[in-house]
Amino acid sequence: MHRFANPNRFLKLANAILPWSNGVLVVSLLAGLALALVWSPGDYQQGDTVRIMYVHVPAAWMGMFAYVAMAVASAVALIWKHPLADLAGRATAPVGAAFTFVCLVTGALWGKPMWGTWWVWDARLTSMLILLFLYFGYMALHNAFDDPQRGAKAAAVLALVGVVNVPIIKFSVDWWNTLHQPASVVRMDGPAVDPSMLWPLLVMGLAFKAFYVSVVLLRIKAEIADAKIRALRMSEIHG
Amino acid sequence: MASYFDMGGYAGYVWPSYAVTAIVLVALFVATWRGLKNRERTLETLLATRGPRRRRAARQEAPAPEAVNTASTTEETSR
Amino acid sequence: MNALLAVIRRDLRLALRQGSDSMMVVAFFVLTVVLFPFGVGPESGILERVAAGVLWVTALLASMLSLDRLFQTDYEDGSLDLLTMAPMPLSVIVLGKVAAHWLTTGLPLILAAPVLAVLLNMNSEGFGVLIAAMAVGTPTLSLIGAVGAALVLGARRGGVLLSLLVLPLYIPVLIFGVSAIDAAVMGFEYRAQLLIMGAMLLVSLALCPWATGAALRQAVE
Repeated sequence: MHRFANPNRFLKLANAILPWSNGVLVVSLLAGLALALVWSPGDYQQGDTVRIMYVHVPAAWMGMFAYVAMAVASAVALIWKHPLADLAGRATAPVGAAFTFVCLVTGALWGKPMWGTWWVWDARLTSMLILLFLYFGYMALHNAFDDPQRGAKAAAVLALVGVVNVPIIKFSVDWWNTLHQPASVVRMDGPAVDPSMLWPLLVMGLAFKAFYVSVVLLRIKAEIADAKIRALRMSEIHG
Repeated sequence: MASYFDMGGYAGYVWPSYAVTAIVLVALFVATWRGLKNRERTLETLLATRGPRRRRAARQEAPAPEAVNTASTTEETSR
Repeated sequence: MNALLAVIRRDLRLALRQGSDSMMVVAFFVLTVVLFPFGVGPESGILERVAAGVLWVTALLASMLSLDRLFQTDYEDGSLDLLTMAPMPLSVIVLGKVAAHWLTTGLPLILAAPVLAVLLNMNSEGFGVLIAAMAVGTPTLSLIGAVGAALVLGARRGGVLLSLLVLPLYIPVLIFGVSAIDAAVMGFEYRAQLLIMGAMLLVSLALCPWATGAALRQAVE
């Protein structure tokens, strides 16, 4: 486990991954945009608004995925006291918050023409909003202590408590009657979406995932640089 | 062409969605990139101001022992 | 079990000796509720419609008001260090402290709620369900709140931070608490909402003391 706790080994790994994730990001983003905005037809019911789905749904996926990743990193940090896991959790939070925010805004922009309202207080939307607040709480708690280690641990506990929200988001459309449409891509009996809409969705999903990987790796690198700066400053003070 | 940009009458919803997504994600990427570059520059200057012997040592085993220990103590930096 | 009772007895005695804490909570609850007729207008139709929501939201805020003192005094005078070193599991101690917190804030709120419901012209069909929902909901609030209170120990601006952490987690209790009362007032079936609230209480009873214990342990490290 602690083999990867060595920041240098991690930096080497990150630098090896980064060109690939950046490459995948650029290629899949271009392909995804072309598929989503040009190639795919409008939906017979929803018209061209269905194109909003190609940013809305991947953002929702990544918003939840980032939270799970953050919770796993928090668990690793708490149980094995793995220093890099702390950094990974801290680096993930703003990215996840950005995805969740994008999901909520694009959802509102989709809801207005389709449901006739920007927002409804149903379980899916409310639990997604709670997710955003959990991200904010995590970041605020992380920065609220004079001793950064204390903040990291407190935030990790909060991240684990907030995990209960993730299954609620996932299943809210199945458990409650809602305007929001049920899951149509990840289903036991195969996706219920036409290939002409599934492909842009999946390619955009890949682009968002690559974006996530790149940004989180860059943020972890920044955190490591931060730790080194602090260590150097400390050693200067202490001679 | 104009009819394409009209998005079947939903231009006012489709394009803003893509714009918001682009703005948020690009802003996040730029902020991350600049934060990293700033810190790397600070680190360089810190290393440069120390003696050449210590600099080499610091480069070779770059996470100085104390850096490994404090790797978990992230900074309350402005972000 | 004895340890649990000992912790409860200790915290109750402390609360009674310092007095005023639960009085303050009830006073806050009453005052805030009384503000609403001025805010939304005194027509009984409007008040009747919003009564359940107003009561729950203010109860939420009131029970949060005393949360930051749940562990703060023990943290400051060092008794928390002793409690974490006690030979019994920390979650039992947490459970005792939460029970004491509920007895000093949740219980008075439940007693005050029907009186305020009358002031808000709530339909009398809802009174029984109001008390039942609050009896199941307020312990959940205390349990969730304890996690937040333990997390912000020693933080800068802990009070504000506490509300940021705890209020989002309170939302499910609020939703089902209000909808149970609304259903009862309109003459619908309300058992399902109460059962879900019971399930939330059981889940938080199982998880929250443990999470609070973990948070406390790293606070005193």
